Amino acid sequence: MRELTEQDIDYISVGASVLGSGGGGDPKVGRLLAKSMIQKYGPVNLISIDELQDDQYVVPVSGMGAPTVSLEKLPSEIELTTPLQELERAFGKKADVIIPIEVGGINSLYPVGAAAKLHLPILDADAIGRAFPEAQMETFHLHGLEPEQVAVGDEKGNVALLKPINAYWSEYMSRALTVQMGGSASVSDYFLAGKDVKGSVVNGTLSLAREIGEILMHQEDYDDVFKALLDRLNGFELYDGKVTAVTRETKQGFNFGTAQIEGLNNYRGKTFSLEFQNETLVAKEGDEILASVPDLIVALDIESAFPITSERLQYGSRVKVVSFPCDPQWRTPIGIETAGPRYFGYDVDYIPVEELQGKEK
Amino acid sequence: MAYRLGVDVGGTNTDAAILDDQLNVIYTVKAHTTKDVQGGIFNAISKVLAESHVDKSKIGFAMLGTTKSTNAIVERKGLDKVAYLRIGKPASVGIPPYMEWPADLKAAVNEKAAIISGGYEYDGRKIAELNRDEVDAFCANLKDKKTSIAIAGTFSPVNPTQELQVAQWIKEDLGNDVKITLSHQIGGIGMLERENASILNAALMTIGEQIVNGFESALAELGIKAQTFFSQNDGTLMTGEFTQKYPIFTIGCGPTNSIRGAYHLSDIKNALVLDVGGTTSDIGVLVNSFPRQSSLSAQVGGVETNFRMPDILSIGIGGGTVIHRNDDGFTVGPDSVGYEIVTKSKVFGGDVETASDNAARLNRAFHDQSDKVADISEEWADSVLAAINQTVADSLDQMKLKSGDIPLILTGGGSFLVDDQIKGISKVYRPDHYDAANAVGAALGQVSGDVNRIYSFEGKDKEEVLKKAKNEAVSNAISAGADPTSVEIINIEIIPLAYLPGGSAQVRVKAVGSLKLDV
Repeated sequence: MRELTEQDIDYISVGASVLGSGGGGDPKVGRLLAKSMIQKYGPVNLISIDELQDDQYVVPVSGMGAPTVSLEKLPSEIELTTPLQELERAFGKKADVIIPIEVGGINSLYPVGAAAKLHLPILDADAIGRAFPEAQMETFHLHGLEPEQVAVGDEKGNVALLKPINAYWSEYMSRALTVQMGGSASVSDYFLAGKDVKGSVVNGTLSLAREIGEILMHQEDYDDVFKALLDRLNGFELYDGKVTAVTRETKQGFNFGTAQIEGLNNYRGKTFSLEFQNETLVAKEGDEILASVPDLIVALDIESAFPITSERLQYGSRVKVVSFPCDPQWRTPIGIETAGPRYFGYDVDYIPVEELQGKEK
Repeated sequence: MAYRLGVDVGGTNTDAAILDDQLNVIYTVKAHTTKDVQGGIFNAISKVLAESHVDKSKIGFAMLGTTKSTNAIVERKGLDKVAYLRIGKPASVGIPPYMEWPADLKAAVNEKAAIISGGYEYDGRKIAELNRDEVDAFCANLKDKKTSIAIAGTFSPVNPTQELQVAQWIKEDLGNDVKITLSHQIGGIGMLERENASILNAALMTIGEQIVNGFESALAELGIKAQTFFSQNDGTLMTGEFTQKYPIFTIGCGPTNSIRGAYHLSDIKNALVLDVGGTTSDIGVLVNSFPRQSSLSAQVGGVETNFRMPDILSIGIGGGTVIHRNDDGFTVGPDSVGYEIVTKSKVFGGDVETASDNAARLNRAFHDQSDKVADISEEWADSVLAAINQTVADSLDQMKLKSGDIPLILTGGGSFLVDDQIKGISKVYRPDHYDAANAVGAALGQVSGDVNRIYSFEGKDKEEVLKKAKNEAVSNAISAGADPTSVEIINIEIIPLAYLPGGSAQVRVKAVGSLKLDV
């Protein structure tokens, strides 16, 4: 167990933008909310999965909606806890531990605010290990844990309790409510016993985000900050390049697009591309896939080493594109079915990045 | 004949330029910037009058671009105390105002801050009704204090009605003289950044008066009876009255004036502009004769804001950049001898090898000093200049938004470092008066109107919605002083909202016209 300091919050905020894999939105609102709730209600303890008791109840708290809206209509604090309390009533039990649903963007720190307000610890784990665009793309879903009851709340005090038949319907209904609630809402969608959480989450991800953030914010301590990052993430450098064109299209509220990239440094003369749906989906050299979902693919600024989200990629961006393995839970048949390349419309089988990169080496 | 006098205050120099009524540049000068700013302005104007022999009674218009607002915020000096009111409860209370502000700046500015009921949703519905009692309670202990007021409401760029209503109530409580900044006048979507910019604007009320009164008294002292205008950071002018209400818009006007000046001196509307100084070089982009705006939030005095700022890439290459020799050859900078170039560099008799020395060796500058750099071999100087130009070419390329060659306009005293042939550049322009492009830019008379807000396109004719936005930008330009017959739309951007179905999008429109001159 460790107490999260404001410095930790800053590190996690930076690390989460790497684990966001090109998406996840600006972590700023989550960072400020976590800090202000800690200032108001006191510190938050981060506990590891080993410290979690089998009979403790774990509940996620996450923000849903358009990042542009969250940057304008800032959160209150009631919506941090009203959906969770609604689930407590519905299940007739008390929550003991908060868990982030994803460790990318705003949602990595948003639940820290809830933990501070409720004086509950936060679990050093999440249900994705990165950011994904849709709500059924959670490790709980992979283990047959479906959201039986879902509560959605807004800053005005509105709360809705949903009983979806599966994770897909949870996503459809909560998103529809989010639009009516003004484009941003807070969601608690599981109420799980500690014993069920063990083995169905990605462990240690807040600590991982914290370590990544610490590396990036103290990069003067490293001879090669990229190497330090890749070592920590067991990752691979895919290529260095310059973005030569970006095409974007917005469909059903998602930002789809492709960035064309011309090789730089050791990769001169080659052409690459990155395809994204908010998060990066595949990295290619010509038509050959170098890495794909569910593995993480991140474009890092070649100068600052900080990640550039898909929204911010533009002509002239100089990037080092890296990829690192997703959690093994995403590499099971149901994991690949839920968030593999075919789910996103690519007619190819998923091959782990270390195999793809091993072949080249 | 009515001449125009342009003055631009930079970090090192205060430049002045005189243009005739056809905007031909008559004369330019440089004077040292003084700590109080005022002295440098006075000296630059005196110098340009003396050297140009222009009859001062024929100067009809005087324009100033100044760093005074920036200095006040950076040094935390001369700022007014601000009482800040955010409209948004029950939303937004989870993140109070002033989070992540530097403690000393907050202490210099913050009188009190509160969040009251109200605000709008992105689609224009109300989050909550306003409550007069909350506003009255906020004003209760402000009666005898000399504080400025700032007000920012959630989604006020979509609907400013509540901000206007609250301002009216505050005037009823505190009197009509109270100075109020409304956030929808300051910036677009992005609550915290707009709020920060609004608070800073309110803190600059006294500075705004000093800018306007100071310039007018300097002119009066020199016997110049001209209509005065002030540069803002989008490359257009505002009146003294407007400047006193929105002094924050003067921040960042220096690079903007330089880019606008480059446009005027070269008559090229779409190009990259490279301003090579002593320590660094700034790259900006001319789009339809105005600087491209940055899409990122701008840091002012350590605070994130979202008012428009020119998109500038600074690189560590200038005339004074130090060349370091080592076993493998050399590295370029990033350190520079800066203003000490006149004592430390080889061409001036010093012993530090600079970028300028290598250029001198190749006879690109300081032609009469080539004996002082004879110890540098021609081959060496060639490779140093090649390395510098490679960095310049890469950086220029980063500022383009698409591939294809475009023109480059060079300004600034160190522009001799830059080659005439650069990859990705169709032609390199070195206009006359290139070293005072900023003062020339200040003297150009254009005014603008902006719209930046979220529109719903669902079930509506897209062209109709855009027409509404364009009309509003045009009317904003006219109320800022543009001649109605000259106003045109120079930029439209539509940014769809991610993660949300339905047809809502952020729309940014800019209209620009010539200043309506009362002659």
